[in-house]
Amino acid sequence: MSKIIPEEKLRSQGLKGVPYSVAGKNIPNRGSWRTHVPKFDDSKCIKCGLCWLQCPDNAIKEKKDGFYESDSRLCKGCFICAKICPVKAIEMVREKK
Amino acid sequence: MTNKNITTGLNKMKSRTYTGTPDRKRANIDILDGNGVTAQAVLLSRVQSIPIFPITPQTEFIKTMAQLKEKGIYKGEMNVLESEHSVLSAAIASQMTGARTFTFSGSQGLMLMHEMLYVASGTRTPMVMVNGSRALSAPITLWPDHNDFFDQRDTGWLMLATESNQELLDSIIIAYKVAENQKVMIPFMVNMDGFIQSTTRTEVEIPEQNKIDKFLPKLKQQVKLDVTKPMTLGLGAMEDYMFFRSQLHKVNLDAKKVIMDAHKDFAKITGRKYDVIDTYKLKDAKVAIVIMGADSTIAKATVDVLRKKGKKVGLLRMRLVRPFPEKEIRNALKHVKHIGVCDQNIAPGMSGIMFNEIRSALYGEKPLVSNYIFGLGGKFISKEDFGKVFNELLTNKKEKRAWIM
Repeated sequence: MSKIIPEEKLRSQGLKGVPYSVAGKNIPNRGSWRTHVPKFDDSKCIKCGLCWLQCPDNAIKEKKDGFYESDSRLCKGCFICAKICPVKAIEMVREKK
Repeated sequence: MTNKNITTGLNKMKSRTYTGTPDRKRANIDILDGNGVTAQAVLLSRVQSIPIFPITPQTEFIKTMAQLKEKGIYKGEMNVLESEHSVLSAAIASQMTGARTFTFSGSQGLMLMHEMLYVASGTRTPMVMVNGSRALSAPITLWPDHNDFFDQRDTGWLMLATESNQELLDSIIIAYKVAENQKVMIPFMVNMDGFIQSTTRTEVEIPEQNKIDKFLPKLKQQVKLDVTKPMTLGLGAMEDYMFFRSQLHKVNLDAKKVIMDAHKDFAKITGRKYDVIDTYKLKDAKVAIVIMGADSTIAKATVDVLRKKGKKVGLLRMRLVRPFPEKEIRNALKHVKHIGVCDQNIAPGMSGIMFNEIRSALYGEKPLVSNYIFGLGGKFISKEDFGKVFNELLTNKKEKRAWIM
């Protein structure tokens, strides 16, 4: 549910209001309408990187330890990563809103 | 009275689509999205030429028309050109040869057409265009708002905004009837909400071809290009420029009556009645929302819920944007105490665009007029949100400008 914000209470947030992104930072939310998000099981993961390669939205990022995670600002819940995973380490879970 | 009181139960209400009540025995019922409906309307009004360029809410229309042309159902021309600017130039030229012309664009495409929109109305070209409205870049989005449509309000075109796919089908046919009237001869722009209307399938009654042929006879264009009688169109005017502009203004104002008559004639053949504005439970309302486009369906459902609770709320939906139905709006709204103009557009540094126009129409009348900006770039709005707006309108004794986000 949205909020009603009076015009007087709108605050200027400086550079936050400028739509730009440097190296994946400041990315606006683009996938809030998804129904499912991927859940990564690191114990099964073999670090093959297929999910990272196949994600159409570049939503999957490599963590420092070499395993993968998804970026909730970008993920549209398309199920491609879960289908492509050769060891079924990715499970799609219903997202609670 | 708290927010909770007024908004509980809104969720339980089933979503409803206001597509009219088609009579199943009488005509064809189909389940179509906005692009499919537009294709049907193009077939029904026997369009002869479609210059077009693909843009997101409308690409499926091109696909459908190409299939229909290949099957031989659509017998006219369809040309995909190199840009929207060329599309409208080609549309003006093709209409000026006396062929019934149609085009379809939206958002950035309409922006690129902007220059030629003035040429189309200036040369008094009676074509019809559908705008699948989509928010403007930057930042880029593919979802709807009405800034692209409202940006064209000074071009001299007749402009009409629809709520449902059924209304879109009927409005395109009515638009040809009005635009081709010898007293009018101005292009007509019909708006639909990109994505919400263009990709949602709803029940649509398709009228019979012979009835539409009677309603919309063959185009008889008096000023047209002919190799045997060479002429110049849109010539240099200099001193007389103002005369031609005044004519465009006068004809645009007078078109309101032609549109009303066309609505009456259309009601006779299909039974579906339209007016220049759409009022919903407004007669005895104490507060009302003014809104445009497909999201008004959600607002109407909210009115239903609140009416069941005994709240005297109503709704006015803008249909005709140009010519602006000032008198009708004033008569419909002057008894209301507090009006909330819900704008799905923003003129940054000013207010919502519709808010300006509604408030100027109500100058000297009693109602308070508040402005709510909502749904920019297709931002989701729910019945609860409209419930909160009605709640504020019922309790506030001051005018307010706010954003629903």
